[in-house]
Amino acid sequence: MKEQFFEIASGLCEALRRDETLLCRLSGERSDFARFNHARVRQAGSVEQRLFSIRLIRARRQASASLALTGRADDLETAHAALAGLRETLAQLPEDPWLLIAEEPRSTSTGRRGRLPAPEEVVSAVTTSAHGLDLVGFYAAGTIYRGFANSFGQRNWHEVDSFNCDWSLYLHADKAVKQSYAGFAWDTSAFESLLQDGARRLELLGRPSRTLEPGEYRAYLAPRALEEVTGLLSWSGFSARARATRTSPLLRMEHGETLSRMVSLAENTRESIAPPFQQDGFAKPDKVDLIARGELADALVSPRSAREYGLAANAANGRETPEALDMAPGSLRAADALAALETGLYIGNLWYLNFSDRAAGRITGTTRFASFWVEGGRIAAPVNAMRFDDTIYRMLGDNLADLTADRELLLDGSTYEERSTASAHLPGALLRSLRFTL
Amino acid sequence: MAEFFHGRFRSLHCSAPFWSLRGVEETRELLAVRQDTIEPPRISLNRGAMLTVVTDGGYGYCATSDLSHTGLQAALDRAGAWAEATCDRSVHCHSPQDMGAPRGERVGSGCVRASPSRSEIFDLLADECRQARGDPRIVERYTALELREVEQVYFTNTGGDVRQRSSSAAPYAHVAANEGTDTQTRSFAHARQGGVETIGTSGFPGCGARLADEALKLLAAPNCPAGTMDLLLMPDQMALQIHESIGHPLELDRILGDERNYAGTSFVTADMFGRYQYGSPLLNVTFDPTIDAELASYAYDDEGTPAQKVWLIRDGLLERPLGGRLSQLRAGLRGAANARACDWNRPPIDRMANLNVEPGTSSLADMIASVERGVLMRTNVSWSIDDSRNKFQFGCEWGELIEDGVIKRVVKNPNYRGVSSAFWRSLRMVGDARTFEVHGTLYCGKGEPNQAIDVGHAAPACLFSAVEVFGGENP
Repeated sequence: MKEQFFEIASGLCEALRRDETLLCRLSGERSDFARFNHARVRQAGSVEQRLFSIRLIRARRQASASLALTGRADDLETAHAALAGLRETLAQLPEDPWLLIAEEPRSTSTGRRGRLPAPEEVVSAVTTSAHGLDLVGFYAAGTIYRGFANSFGQRNWHEVDSFNCDWSLYLHADKAVKQSYAGFAWDTSAFESLLQDGARRLELLGRPSRTLEPGEYRAYLAPRALEEVTGLLSWSGFSARARATRTSPLLRMEHGETLSRMVSLAENTRESIAPPFQQDGFAKPDKVDLIARGELADALVSPRSAREYGLAANAANGRETPEALDMAPGSLRAADALAALETGLYIGNLWYLNFSDRAAGRITGTTRFASFWVEGGRIAAPVNAMRFDDTIYRMLGDNLADLTADRELLLDGSTYEERSTASAHLPGALLRSLRFTL
Repeated sequence: MAEFFHGRFRSLHCSAPFWSLRGVEETRELLAVRQDTIEPPRISLNRGAMLTVVTDGGYGYCATSDLSHTGLQAALDRAGAWAEATCDRSVHCHSPQDMGAPRGERVGSGCVRASPSRSEIFDLLADECRQARGDPRIVERYTALELREVEQVYFTNTGGDVRQRSSSAAPYAHVAANEGTDTQTRSFAHARQGGVETIGTSGFPGCGARLADEALKLLAAPNCPAGTMDLLLMPDQMALQIHESIGHPLELDRILGDERNYAGTSFVTADMFGRYQYGSPLLNVTFDPTIDAELASYAYDDEGTPAQKVWLIRDGLLERPLGGRLSQLRAGLRGAANARACDWNRPPIDRMANLNVEPGTSSLADMIASVERGVLMRTNVSWSIDDSRNKFQFGCEWGELIEDGVIKRVVKNPNYRGVSSAFWRSLRMVGDARTFEVHGTLYCGKGEPNQAIDVGHAAPACLFSAVEVFGGENP
């Protein structure tokens, strides 16, 4: 795929007119997918896709086109046709005052080879190992390709073999243990070990469940639950454009509101599986501090925002969202989280978060999967789904008692359009109080 | 495109008793203006095919953008290998005899390639963006038009031959206004099938100035009051309410447990159909893929099942789920033709399509007049519901306080929360056909691998009693 992409890119660049600039991008994958229900196969298949995008620039005008490549010789002809179409489009456009491209070639080649078994072997391992359990889940694996090339001679390639197996073990109704096993080399015994651990934890869900009255409770958010909170904040919270247009959910931090000094968040590309270049070919810095000890730090600045607002670009994607969010650890040992919680809610997962009042940083969502009522530092009972509604300034501000010293690297399992290369590296969070409403 | 795929299909070989090719070609063009600056146009041509094989007991798929004979044959072989590998471990014992051989064609109305030209469209977008300017508190203005044409074919080795085409021209706009630590947004969306000829009557012309005026009004408005009161939902918010608390809970694959690891389960169980009172007797809900302008209209779903209007809830009573051919076989329930895939690279699963609340008999004026204290809400801005699709909290951009049968003032940050299983029983008035509007969304997420698909929702205005309503700031 790499050679073919660079050949097409070079072929197009050779056909450019003197005043034209071309950016080319490839987003491809060879993936195997298997979904399971009741520890049997619900749907299994494979996908091979190559989405090729070009951006033509001339006289400070720009337009882009994307097309699905076949992987065959006729792709270059198809790409030439797309290029011709863009030339016609440019003729109808005015100058773009916010155009910014990387003109200093910085070529890179990165990636990671994995050890992935034939997907049929994984399907066999999952259905055999989970026999007798109500396992529902999903296995996605294969190679992800990301490429960039431009007419200045820059060439970037990123290729990763990875797998992500994400599943739930159900006891009954909505009572389940959520687990995942992701990485670069599949090991059936490691999967089986996790599965056995999950099966043991299911026993806790067999206790009579408790429905809590709305009110305020101490709470511990496991890393997966905290990921939902940071994921919602990533929805414009760290965007330079959102800051400039006053639409950020962290708007009040621009007016002096702060989070706890324990909270430091960064975009940490160096320690992620994301490509080290963004879609326009800008090389990403190793790290961008977003919140430093409770105060707003840098924003994610896309090239377009950089030009619009007179800022220095830091190679953010077009949506200015983190792809490798990293939260600094605290001092609480994860093994001591229940004891530190003492009495309150242990929340393994949160679900479907959204804003109750975006400008005020107020958010809502529900508990999901294994969430428990804890008394005296010990799990007392599973809890039925509860809705919280609280502000980020209380949750990660005054009410943040501690963060765990141990963190989890959470690979994003999203497969909308393509398999994601995003990740988050997060601790758990102990809250003195969290408001529940329903 | 259809003939290209048909030619390729006829050149393929497979010894399985059933196999199919589903081909999709989609062109999209996004034109947008932000802060009076034309955004770079984005044009895409996405074309690929999914090959599916069903053997005795097994099922497998393989999707590829390599549309050469070699590429498609390799995909078909891979799909066959998956079917063989899963035949003794599938959640359902697949049978080639259950697969249909549909034949038919649908050509949706409208064309996005006709006039106006791209320049004329940019002029329209720029004009609405400019009309939203004028007050220094207006901080963001965005207008856009997404043009989309989709052509799909479905061929089976048993003689099935389905060809469908549709188009949509979806104008969109939003305007944000800020003062200190408060920012308020108003937006416009019009997601329907049809060509560019629909823009003129969509409400888009003139929306720039209106949205700016309304965003400024919201800045000056008090927060929505809190309390238990009447709630009047306008059709654009009804679309969200239907989607989240009727559509998703009635998806049969959720009820069968397929989605428990991702999108969630359902408070609805298979034994409820035919006897569960889902809402008040005023509630009538249909699955209707035959409304030409609605976003998810089609003649056949992506497994080739002929699509027709069916009633899911009649007079408040739950009748049938949203389940396609396979889910119906698994559950032993009658469903709908709603096995849909978002693109060529994702397999069909149970989805909403056009899911509508049928009009009632009340005028909007009568509904408002009947409210002693309540809030009218329109345009969704926030949605959150638990994984059983029961405990929800939704927010809107725009609210109007109603007291003693009269609209008194605009209120901001209107939110409400409730429980699906009780909420629909509090439905006390349903608007008549004059309040009925067609809406939809291009992005409903579900499935593993994930799929974002277009769905349509048409509804009248509806009045609910005794709902927990509240506003912004501190909870």
